[in-house]
Amino acid sequence: MSKLRQIAFYGKGGIGKSTTSQNTLAALVEMGQKILIVGCDPKADSTRLILNTKLQDTVLHLAAEAGSVEDLELEDVMKIGYKGIKCTEAGGPEPGVGCAGRGVITAINFLEENGAYEDVDYVSYDVLGDVVCGGFAMPIRENKAQEIYIVMSGEMMALYAANNIAKGILKYANSGGVRLGGLICNERQTDRELELAEALAARLGCKMIHFVPRDNIVQHAELRRETVIQYAPESKQAEEYRELARKIHANSGQGVIPTPITMEELEQMLMDFGIMQTEEDRLAAIAAAAAGA
Amino acid sequence: MAKDNVSGTPDYEALIEEVLSAYPEKSKKKRAKHLGVAQADPEGAPDAVTGIASKCDTVKSNIKSIPGVMTIRGCAYAGSKGVVWGPIKDMVHISHGPVGCGQYSWSQRRNYYTGTTGIDSFVTMQFTTDFQEKDIVFGGDKKLEKTIDEINTLFPLANGVSIQSECPIGLIGDDIGAVAKKKNKDIGKTIVPVRCEGFRGVSQSLGHHIANDAVRDWVFDKKETDYVAGPYDVNVIGDYNIGGDAWASRRLLEEMGLNVVGNWSGDATLAEIERAPKAKINLIHCYRSMSYICRHMEETYGVPWMEYNFFGPSQIAASLRAIAARFDETIQARAEEVIAKYQPLVDAVLAKYKPRLEGKTVMLYVGGLRPRHVVTAYDDLGMVIAGTGYEFAHNDDYKRTGHYVKEGTLIYDDVTGYELERFIEKVRPDLVGSGIKEKYPVQKMGIPFRQMHSWDYSGPYHGYDGFAIFARDMDMAINNPVWGLFDAPWETAAPAIAAE
Repeated sequence: MSKLRQIAFYGKGGIGKSTTSQNTLAALVEMGQKILIVGCDPKADSTRLILNTKLQDTVLHLAAEAGSVEDLELEDVMKIGYKGIKCTEAGGPEPGVGCAGRGVITAINFLEENGAYEDVDYVSYDVLGDVVCGGFAMPIRENKAQEIYIVMSGEMMALYAANNIAKGILKYANSGGVRLGGLICNERQTDRELELAEALAARLGCKMIHFVPRDNIVQHAELRRETVIQYAPESKQAEEYRELARKIHANSGQGVIPTPITMEELEQMLMDFGIMQTEEDRLAAIAAAAAGA
Repeated sequence: MAKDNVSGTPDYEALIEEVLSAYPEKSKKKRAKHLGVAQADPEGAPDAVTGIASKCDTVKSNIKSIPGVMTIRGCAYAGSKGVVWGPIKDMVHISHGPVGCGQYSWSQRRNYYTGTTGIDSFVTMQFTTDFQEKDIVFGGDKKLEKTIDEINTLFPLANGVSIQSECPIGLIGDDIGAVAKKKNKDIGKTIVPVRCEGFRGVSQSLGHHIANDAVRDWVFDKKETDYVAGPYDVNVIGDYNIGGDAWASRRLLEEMGLNVVGNWSGDATLAEIERAPKAKINLIHCYRSMSYICRHMEETYGVPWMEYNFFGPSQIAASLRAIAARFDETIQARAEEVIAKYQPLVDAVLAKYKPRLEGKTVMLYVGGLRPRHVVTAYDDLGMVIAGTGYEFAHNDDYKRTGHYVKEGTLIYDDVTGYELERFIEKVRPDLVGSGIKEKYPVQKMGIPFRQMHSWDYSGPYHGYDGFAIFARDMDMAINNPVWGLFDAPWETAAPAIAAE
């Protein structure tokens, strides 16, 4: 068994982290890798496509029923999915109550202490939207994930989020050794998307790992609770994910300490690409529209 | 006493400089603002009773303690649960959160009460929601509801419940206000949510304020009452009945013809709190912890308030007269009778103890109102205050202190463990009055000590009866023969055996 590799997927909410990560992991398992997924989202949807069903038995849900995590066994919370991928979900409270961040910490500690990380090649963390508090930074901290993959697109808010996550990685890079593995661009068909993603990667000092084209087949697979790899193994899109998996596999130990940019620099970059207007242009546009009316 | 310094007038300014010199520059600058010497106040009118006018509010107060020092302060939860709400005897006070805060603050304040514990009174019991990991992750509101239901079942004579928030409640954002409203509907009893998370504010002082506000928002004007106040109905506010203090005070007020309808919050019932806004006047003992609610009652219900001091006979007599002046001549005449009645007791106490205590020096470091109010009890015994300081005072406390301590008194605000120890070492007073954490280090220095938070398990110290106990206790500490044995015999001059 090769040395355990721990990776994590971060990115703006709704960007397709879970879909991208599960498709990639399904491709990795085809390459003979043993994989554990740790879903770090109270919605518990990080393993749905691998298990072909939504995992009901989350760590925190069961722990609350049993009394505490000490009353749980690993078998209770670990389910086996597509081609032997081990699946766990931290779970967490319903929206608006309690502390989901503390839940992530509790769940990860439980999994580690109870041997979930034994006999696997990959541990993959799928973390919700933004790094809102210390709990959701857990996979970055404490020598957990070595490489973080940021899922993004050409949309402005996705770029903001990617830059912010890079800041979080930088904060822990020197103390914990976490690195930015690179950007994965999930195509949204925005203007000059690939160039923009590559430009941001250059500014952050990291690789643009892969540009995943948009394809409706992903939707078809999702509706059947399957990855594209499982649903349409011969499709072009499945090949894209296999390519992404190969690149991530080859990227071992090649992560970087990111160089996040300031808000002003990011806005300037968007203006340079003609995506965001300068104040003068905007006023001119408004004036022109008013004159036209 | 062998260990006493008998050098002339101490130079406290130089002492402060010396003590500060141990700090790094930044800490030194910050701490310097909290230490000072009471200055002459040529503009201030001398206090009518003490004849003193000094200026003590030159020190800064109510500011965050600096990291790395040993501060003696508490937290907001301590101020609310430990001080203001805890003594209300017919309510159950839940320490809401993990078990430690409630467990380690259990029964620490010696708030005496009458009643049957576990049946209709609950002061010395400890209730907690005992948070576990799952309560943090999933929120604790359900557990809190269950706890209130269980309390209602197990203790049907409890008249209400207060929810004292520990830190995690604020961190995870539980809505204890909604739980309180719901449970109030369910069981029909007063449920008071208090958002006194320990991380709020710089000391227990904010906890007092939050607790006062909870009385205003969750107790006042919530129930109909047919109580009509008589002309002599008064509230005593801010007496927590430590060792029976409130009883010693109440006795005097009742003897002069007043009717104490509420005592906040020592030995108090919820009904006393509810009816307070109808009384004729609020008499404040601890200004620091309960002035907020008195101001509210004044603004909203037109109840006037005044401060008084029942430590030592001169202040007691002056306070009784000042209180009586707010009422008619009958009360005023009876106040004089009360003062006259106790004069023989006062004379006897002074005759016995003053010769034993006269000229002895004292350093105090306590909370609330005591750093100034007990000064006069020492004065009456002929003792001299060398230094005094507050844990969590605000500027208005230091302003008031100027009526009690003479020019040249050492003043220390939120003193650090190190500073206090060095001050005591250098000043070497005949007595130190502070808390349990200070007691043993000071005694090991060879200096007599009395705990002035808990009255060292004695008391009461309020009123005339209290003064007799106070004088005895101070004599017992200072003139204890043990201090004569402090030096090791082999370190004194060898007896002349060889010469025989």
